[in-house]
Amino acid sequence: MSANFDRRRLIALSAKEFAQIMRDPSTFLIAFLLPLILLFLFGYAVSLDSSRTRIALVVEDSSAQALDLASAYAHSDYFEVIPARSVAQVRDTLIDGTARAIIVIPQGFGEGMVAGTPPPIQIVTDGSQPNTANFAAAYGEGVRAAWMAAETGQGRAAPPITLSPRYWYNPGLQSRYFLVPGSIAIVMTMIGTLLTALVVAREWERGTMEAMMATPMRMAEFIASKVVPYFLLGIGSMALCTLIAVFVFGVPFRGSPFALAAIAAAFLMPALGLGLFISAATKNQFVASQIALLTAFLPTFLLSGFLYEIASMPWPIQALTYIVPARYLIPPLQTVFLAGDLWGLILPNIAIMLGFGALFFFLSFRVTKRSLD
Amino acid sequence: MSAAVASAKGVVKRFEGVTALDGVAIDVAPGRITGLVGPDGAGKTTLIRILAGLMEADEGEIAVLGGPPGAALDDLGYMPQRFGLYEDLTVAENLTLYAELRGLPRDERQPVFERLLDFTDLKRFQARLAGKLSGGMKQKLGLACALVKTPKLLLLDEPGVGVDPISRHELWAMVGELTAEGIGVLWSTAYLDEAEKCDTVYLLSEGTLLFEGPPGDLTGPVADRVIRVTGFEARRRQFLTEALDREDVIDGTIQGRSVRLLIRDGRETPDAATLDAGPDTQVEPAGPRFEDGFIERLGGGPRGTSALAERYREIPPSDTPMIEANGLTRRFGDFTAARDMNFSIPRGQIFGLLGPNGAGKSTTFKMLCGLLTPSEGTGAVAGNDLRRAAADARASLGYMAQKFSLYGDLSVRQNLDFFAGAYDLGRSEAAQAIEAMTEIFDLGERMNVNAGTLPLGFKQRLALACAVMHEPPVLFLDEPTSGVDPVTRREFWTHINGLVEKGVTVLVTTHFMDEAEYCDEVTLIYRAEQIASGTPDALKARAAELSGAADPTMEDAFIALIEDSDRARELEAAA
Repeated sequence: MSANFDRRRLIALSAKEFAQIMRDPSTFLIAFLLPLILLFLFGYAVSLDSSRTRIALVVEDSSAQALDLASAYAHSDYFEVIPARSVAQVRDTLIDGTARAIIVIPQGFGEGMVAGTPPPIQIVTDGSQPNTANFAAAYGEGVRAAWMAAETGQGRAAPPITLSPRYWYNPGLQSRYFLVPGSIAIVMTMIGTLLTALVVAREWERGTMEAMMATPMRMAEFIASKVVPYFLLGIGSMALCTLIAVFVFGVPFRGSPFALAAIAAAFLMPALGLGLFISAATKNQFVASQIALLTAFLPTFLLSGFLYEIASMPWPIQALTYIVPARYLIPPLQTVFLAGDLWGLILPNIAIMLGFGALFFFLSFRVTKRSLD
Repeated sequence: MSAAVASAKGVVKRFEGVTALDGVAIDVAPGRITGLVGPDGAGKTTLIRILAGLMEADEGEIAVLGGPPGAALDDLGYMPQRFGLYEDLTVAENLTLYAELRGLPRDERQPVFERLLDFTDLKRFQARLAGKLSGGMKQKLGLACALVKTPKLLLLDEPGVGVDPISRHELWAMVGELTAEGIGVLWSTAYLDEAEKCDTVYLLSEGTLLFEGPPGDLTGPVADRVIRVTGFEARRRQFLTEALDREDVIDGTIQGRSVRLLIRDGRETPDAATLDAGPDTQVEPAGPRFEDGFIERLGGGPRGTSALAERYREIPPSDTPMIEANGLTRRFGDFTAARDMNFSIPRGQIFGLLGPNGAGKSTTFKMLCGLLTPSEGTGAVAGNDLRRAAADARASLGYMAQKFSLYGDLSVRQNLDFFAGAYDLGRSEAAQAIEAMTEIFDLGERMNVNAGTLPLGFKQRLALACAVMHEPPVLFLDEPTSGVDPVTRREFWTHINGLVEKGVTVLVTTHFMDEAEYCDEVTLIYRAEQIASGTPDALKARAAELSGAADPTMEDAFIALIEDSDRARELEAAA
């Protein structure tokens, strides 16, 4: 090699990369439009959760107690009630999807209450939509239990059934709190791994790599010229996500921007390193994108603890999550948003991510040869 | 001899069992154009990549600019086959990138760019994206990028491929100027006519050198053994077949209305009486070409009779044209790719669509294949209207493209089976056809080899076999022989000529002038329009009128007619 690492060549290569990014609409879409879509998707999904589920409420009994329970349903935050006198009246609503459940307060409910043996209420749900069905059943039961507790007073009946808030479309705004930081992980994975893998593989496919290798350029300069622009793009996209999360969706931000930047920067190292490694090993855009989806995108989605709690996975899958870099991103990210700069939690995760980054970069330098062999 | 800028001895390079280079030696002298000539797959690109330091040789001594390959990259200019341009960067941005990578001092940049843009005539296009340039302009930009910092050694890997003859001529002139500055140029090409323009030629075939020296040394020995025969009574294809079957003829080609023959060394040149082709037959000496010498080194061309044609059915005579285009037009958005194409090809003729890449040949071709719906106009193949009976039209034609028509990851047998099925041959019919093709094209030993790993000549044979298995009355050929060695090309045209004599109608698209000579009639397509039509001889005669040159080649005719069209266009624009 005729010269050592040369800043001038690195700047020229990076400038070229930026010009390409600006001209390639797909890069721009992934970096700026995709985050917006993801955020609004999650925002929208969350707001769906908190909207009321429509149920048909059949009150067969006309006692004061039955009407009181019926009004408890009508005033619940979770339900919008279609009142009816008989099941026959509302059977069709469940079929055509107008209502997600039918709750029946049976004949003799009031008498049973007076006698101290309250008859069970009936909850019919639409099993073709299991999540909604579970939700309606559990909350339908919850409303009854709460009403019962109030009605019978403490000590007079068995303790009310306690609700387990483990449904992942939790009521209220909490899901938004962890989905939005999670979407930052997705976006940075897309930019760091998928985009980088594609642009390097493209150079091989289009033969520009061959021409570049016949110039005095060094491979280290080439790799750096790919890392720098996509690192900045990743940070920029992360900042955009954060601003939207905080100012549009009202997600709290209790930590410092510095901590957030440090965490994001640490995560981009393994993401970029993996992208470079994939493209250098495959030299083909199609294969690179498939491998990037399998090794980076899907694990970030499924195995990082972003959507599914790691603790509730079977142990072999749990073991697998330890080699997913995004696993070490989600907890500090959620911490920075929801709790603050807990460096005791943040720093070890950053260290692990940097470790993965170093490994991937080492591997990509090993496989990137200045040769067409 | 002055010190070579690059030299190699005994270079061996193997890829997974295939020997790409087998003991090749080469010297590139400063201030000269050294030609690296050979068919596709001969090992040209591998050798150039080794010299550029992009691949390592398995054996051999190599010195480039006084060091090992890849050491002196500052003084090396390299233009790979695909030019190495960033298509989403502008002309100026591409130049700037290469200038920075090669460490051109900033204060020199302005004058250097000025000079290169003048030199390549790209000044007007500085702000245009490289991807939006024509093939010829891309090639010039590629060259400019390789020259931003004047190199001592310039490696050009097939710079003329797929580029129209005008751009090729301009490129030769530009590179000629460079050698005057003392740059050593290595120019690789599959076009044998380009070899004649080099100072020294290395002729490469299947990884070994067949010849090295000035091109005259190869053409010299055949100089007085090449004749042109005109005025024979039989049709030219028949005459050629008979001539090639003679003992004293080792090679022959059709050149418009005449036939060109190469006589075996030591035999007497036959006169008109010996050839026994009628009273008006005339025999005159013709200029030797590099290709003649190459053919002789390879042991002569094939005989004249085609086993394929002998087996083929006789296509029944027909009064209606077999291929017809009436005002075929195709627009993509507001871009017209082909405008008002009109021609009609009778049974048993070869018709050529000629033109530079991107002129509209392929669009016209695809409309006739039924692969693109015309925006306007009608067409018919074997009497089947493309609008109403496109499927019938397709069933009556065989399609062959040298580059794309095979499944590379299927074996030879699987390819044959597949095409027999695709053309709906019955079981016993298919078995018979496959057996015949295997014998005619000598595929027996390679039946279980993947088509993708076949040598180029065999790929070409297999592609033809797959296209004619169902004995179609019409054949569509898309650049069928560009890049293959001349013997394989002769063999191919022997089959095609034989089929045409049986009544098969052939449509061929090409930018390769050799293929145009075989046509009964050609139409020249330029900027989406037919600018000239007629027999190859008629086009040459018109070109002779236009340019004043005596005895122009098909390539000269091509250039003269295109330049004439450009002039007419400018006049129109000015009026």
